[in-house]
Amino acid sequence: MKISSLFYTIRQGFANIFRNKWYSLASIATISACLFLFGLFYAIVANFESIVKTAEEGVSVTVFFHYEGDALDSLEKADCSPDHVIASDQRIEEIGQMIANRAEVSEVKFISDEEAWEKWATQSYGEYFSVGFPENPLSGENSYEVFLSDVSMQSALVTWLESIPEVRRVNYSELTANTLSGVNLLIAYVSMGIIIILLAVSIFLISNTVAIGISVRSTEINIMKYIGATDFFVRAPFVLEGMLIGLMGAAIPLGIIYSIYNYALKYVLERFSILSSFLNFLSVEELFGILTPVSLSVGIGIGFLGSFSTVRKHLRV
Amino acid sequence: MANKVMQRRRREQMIEEHGVIYLNNVSKSYSTGSPALNGISLSIGKGEFVFIVGDSGSGKSTLIKLLLRELTATSGNVYVLGHDLGRLRHRQIPKFRRNLGVVFQDFRLLNDRNVYENVAFAQRIVETPGREIRRNVPAILATVGLAGKYKAKTTQLSGGEQQRVALARALINNPSILLADEPTGNLDPKNSWEIMKLLEEINESGTTIVVVTHNREIVNAMRKRVITMKKGIIVSDEEGGAYIDED
Repeated sequence: MKISSLFYTIRQGFANIFRNKWYSLASIATISACLFLFGLFYAIVANFESIVKTAEEGVSVTVFFHYEGDALDSLEKADCSPDHVIASDQRIEEIGQMIANRAEVSEVKFISDEEAWEKWATQSYGEYFSVGFPENPLSGENSYEVFLSDVSMQSALVTWLESIPEVRRVNYSELTANTLSGVNLLIAYVSMGIIIILLAVSIFLISNTVAIGISVRSTEINIMKYIGATDFFVRAPFVLEGMLIGLMGAAIPLGIIYSIYNYALKYVLERFSILSSFLNFLSVEELFGILTPVSLSVGIGIGFLGSFSTVRKHLRV
Repeated sequence: MANKVMQRRRREQMIEEHGVIYLNNVSKSYSTGSPALNGISLSIGKGEFVFIVGDSGSGKSTLIKLLLRELTATSGNVYVLGHDLGRLRHRQIPKFRRNLGVVFQDFRLLNDRNVYENVAFAQRIVETPGREIRRNVPAILATVGLAGKYKAKTTQLSGGEQQRVALARALINNPSILLADEPTGNLDPKNSWEIMKLLEEINESGTTIVVVTHNREIVNAMRKRVITMKKGIIVSDEEGGAYIDED
């Protein structure tokens, strides 16, 4: 193909949009409406997921060790292994390393007995906590606070921790982990389902709009074929037109959702600043880092495939 | 390369022996009903002017579609400019069609483009350089009497003028054969005669013309070769013939 023909084809692709402006507008509106709904739903779901994820990251498991002279309560006696072993400082460090190496663990924090007492007493008695307690009542209560990357793995981690002879007690909340894990799974399934339905409806509507738009121009395709145009020469402007319509149809809802999200985020964070301490909303960049390529791919991709396959039906002349 | 030369020689030989259009015992059946064409044979030589006449359902349109390679024959062979159309692959069809000019009753113009663009389009398809297009299009528009109307939208033209645009588009690539399917079907007598005169002039410059028509007056007045079809067969083929009445 000559360069001049290539430029002609590109010019025709753009010109077709203006020649058939009502069809172009209808197609762009359909694509925009579908992708707007998709984008809006995605923004909501992605934020839900982010909030649940943040909550999951805050869930921790605390591991305590046997030490010389520890007094086991009745629960601990029942739980821990009868042949338990006193944990040396070096062994505690080794266990910390072992915990950190596990896949489901995102962070391990060592809390010495002094830190534990200081934290507890400060919370309970304020700055005068040391008065009346010249010695640390929690002496020997060194522990690890373990944060999980996947809260559904908590019970497997706890079972493993409890099997370590030096571990005296593992503190965790099964209810929190199960609830968060359940909510996360529910959001994943529901959002996946709705996104698939929305995408399927979008693909159906968009490809139909493109198909109808091209079908009404089948005479034009026939004329081109009768006077000796190759399939490529006929198809290229239509495909380019389909892709441009898809691009515009995707860019418009992205712009609208960007403005709405930006405004809503600022509004919520300013008016309800207390929410920001425990609800982690996605930033505009984080949200559009995924939404932009997905929407553009869907718009341009369907524009391409819809026009390509529809023109093909009319090329058998 | 050698293969292409051989093919070209074979085509030239075929044209020399049987003419630019040659149908040998051609039948065409659709999935329902009786055959549209039933074992017809005909030969049209280079530079001839031929009318094909007949009632509706006689097979004229099927014949034109076979010559354009829009359809393929159910049996028999169709040769156009030495090409065996039954053996032509889909990707070879565009190049083959560039040797033909085609004009329809309903003009089939691109109505969202102006006169110039409609004619230039045929040249763009064959990748003619822009400079030549700018030279050729006004020249051909002058030939068909539309020199001053190149900027007009096709929808602003009369039927006669639209058919002239279609004619200009069909001729701009200097086709060897011009197929005209009811070219005067939508025109008044005056415009019909003007189009026929144009076709005659084009024929005088060496282009083979095949006109499918119902226009008795024109056929009888022009005294050209007339092929009459009825129910899928050729009932008469006469040089300097006339339109045969249905009865």
